[in-house]
Amino acid sequence: MFGKLSLDSIPYHEPIIMVTAAVIGIVGALVVGLVTYYRKWGYLWREWITSIDHKKLGIMYFLVALVMMVRGFADAIMMRTQQAIAAGGAEGYLPPHHYDQIFTAHGVIMIFFVAMPMVIGLMNLVVPLQIGARDVAFPFMNNLSFWLTAAGVVLVNISLVVGEFAKTGWLAYAPLSELQYSPDVGVDYWIWALQISGIGTTLTGINFFVTIMKMRTKGMTLFRMPIFTWTALCANVLIILAFPVLTVTIALLTLDRYLGMNFFTNDMGGSQMMYVNLIWIWGHPEVYILILPAFGVFSEVIATFTKKRLFGYKTMVWATAAITVLSFIVWLHHFFTMGAGANVNAFFGIMTMIIAVPTGVKIFNWLFTMYRGRIQFTSPVLWTIGFIITFTLGGMTGVMLAVPGANFVLHNSLFVIAHFHNVIIGGVVFGMLAGLTYWFPKAFGFTLNEKWGKRSFWCWLVGFYLAFMPLYALSFFGAMRRMQSYEQAEWQPLMIVAWVGAVIIALGIACLVIQLVVSVRDREKNRDLTGDPWDARTLEWATSSPPPKYNFAFLPAVDSIDSFWEMKQQPGGFKRELATKFEDIHMPKNTTEGPIIGVISIVFGFALIWHIWWLVGVSAIGIFATYMFRIFNDDIDYHVHADEVERTEREYHKRLEMQA
Amino acid sequence: MSDIHTSHDGASHGSYKSYIIGLVLSIVLTLIAFGVVMTGSFSVPVMMVTIVVTAVAQVLVQLILFMHLNTKAEGGWNVISFVFTIGILVMIVVGSLWIMHNIHVNMMLGG
Repeated sequence: MFGKLSLDSIPYHEPIIMVTAAVIGIVGALVVGLVTYYRKWGYLWREWITSIDHKKLGIMYFLVALVMMVRGFADAIMMRTQQAIAAGGAEGYLPPHHYDQIFTAHGVIMIFFVAMPMVIGLMNLVVPLQIGARDVAFPFMNNLSFWLTAAGVVLVNISLVVGEFAKTGWLAYAPLSELQYSPDVGVDYWIWALQISGIGTTLTGINFFVTIMKMRTKGMTLFRMPIFTWTALCANVLIILAFPVLTVTIALLTLDRYLGMNFFTNDMGGSQMMYVNLIWIWGHPEVYILILPAFGVFSEVIATFTKKRLFGYKTMVWATAAITVLSFIVWLHHFFTMGAGANVNAFFGIMTMIIAVPTGVKIFNWLFTMYRGRIQFTSPVLWTIGFIITFTLGGMTGVMLAVPGANFVLHNSLFVIAHFHNVIIGGVVFGMLAGLTYWFPKAFGFTLNEKWGKRSFWCWLVGFYLAFMPLYALSFFGAMRRMQSYEQAEWQPLMIVAWVGAVIIALGIACLVIQLVVSVRDREKNRDLTGDPWDARTLEWATSSPPPKYNFAFLPAVDSIDSFWEMKQQPGGFKRELATKFEDIHMPKNTTEGPIIGVISIVFGFALIWHIWWLVGVSAIGIFATYMFRIFNDDIDYHVHADEVERTEREYHKRLEMQA
Repeated sequence: MSDIHTSHDGASHGSYKSYIIGLVLSIVLTLIAFGVVMTGSFSVPVMMVTIVVTAVAQVLVQLILFMHLNTKAEGGWNVISFVFTIGILVMIVVGSLWIMHNIHVNMMLGG
């Protein structure tokens, strides 16, 4: 009836897990209680859960990412604490099987459920506005993508309390992840969480690729697109080409585990090395899916706050395109030590070093944009400058790792950990937090508190260096990654320094939360009615903040890069004039099928994990039926009447006049 | 095939005939690949070559007859992205074969 699931699957004997579960339960009950008390379920359902509005989906992605960042960070600080005490024969407070789950969960959560939702959330919020579109190409699919991602998030969190998570590391290398060595449900949680959210990501990639290619406003040729849109386009090309590889690789592992096949097992002709090869064919483009949009954010931020056109727009575009292609021919540098030999290693080592060239081009573009600019040191600029320095360092240690000879020494050591946190925190996290601060007023109509933003930045920057520079040093003494404990007592001081760094990063996260709270409290004071608080350059700032659901009453026409800036430079400046005659606007309707498929996907995944076969059948039919209902539903769009558009626009202008 | 409908931007929407041809071809190609393995009367190299050839043919059938890939639609953009995809595919497949061959030789896998 319940497959492998029984009451024994809940780890009552683990106090850490039980306390965490209790806290999650209390907070969850509190949220549900408050929503019920204020009678907001209808509002949530109509305005958010079923919404196809790309701006609201963007906000929801970011919300999920911030919540999961707290969960992922909790894992991080537990690991740092363990390593700070488990020296010289001490065992620490986490037993190996628990420690292994924590480093796996940390990696999976931070990449799939923090970094990816942040990147996709920012694309959702910004890209349609930047290209002067009213929504994405496939609005229903956009909603579905979000709920599939959310289903993955829920499955990962269920694994905390019911059963266990994988103990294999975030990429679940075979044969460790095979049934023979991981007979429990941990790897199955990993499989289905990634498989379901991965389908959502693939759909997003297709959606935004089509949106950018087909829905640009009049006059916006490819070489007039804002850089963020360019980087989003390239990231989506990477998603479309790379994520199917992940899906197939995990599907083959699934066949091994569920149907007794032998793709990656030790015997029967299976090849675990093929698993490593395949997973990195996806894995390397994946890091560029994350970093390219961050590069886009920095380009927008630095041009806006230096009041200069971005230096070398075309080289920036070509560098992005070059990275997109090159990111597919470097994957072997993740397994130089597997034994492919000198020729293969030399080729991939050189390709890896070549990819540093277009990245270097970008660094110089940002520096030359700042050169002789009127830099305003706002918090997005601080994140950007912090990024340029930190990412350059991380890039250099990356080139060191790209030398196959050096890699044989450094492979699987803390050097690798320090390197990729160097580029992911210094690149992706800084970029997404810069983007959050920069575009927050567009989404909500008021700016974020600068003081707490800057405090958050300094905590993150200092905390990062304290937490990860010791790991570089320790790696030279032979400290490996994923150590639950170690014999060498002399490593302990540096491990404690790293722990202090993690605590300072925790303060940075706290500042971020305080920043949000304080900003919401002071929202009237920081209200931005113009829609253009930064005196910025691209189209998203030409409409009101938050934009109306149709984004633009009239689609803007574009005749240059930074066309909004050019409009403002015209004699007399850019005037937000009220049109005299309005038109009906064709818009998509909300969807109930997206969230329903999302919820059934959770049941589907859970049933597969615990081998509850009847429930697998029922939920599969449920997903199919809901989807068919959607397919044969023709009532999916409507017209916003010209009167309503006029009313909305008039209200906006009344507010503008009152402010003036 | 004069009965193929073409929209104003050159994108083909196919016809009953083209869909039926596509369906029959994709079933036949699948049966060939299965048959070669199921009968068990072919040598391994013959099986591998047959599977690869039928797989590539299958991809082409689906792309041309179901996805309506042609050189006219979207001002050639379809073909550009198709060529790009093929390029990436070749890099991945050839790269993997090269890597796995070298690992095989160096690590003396499979006896």
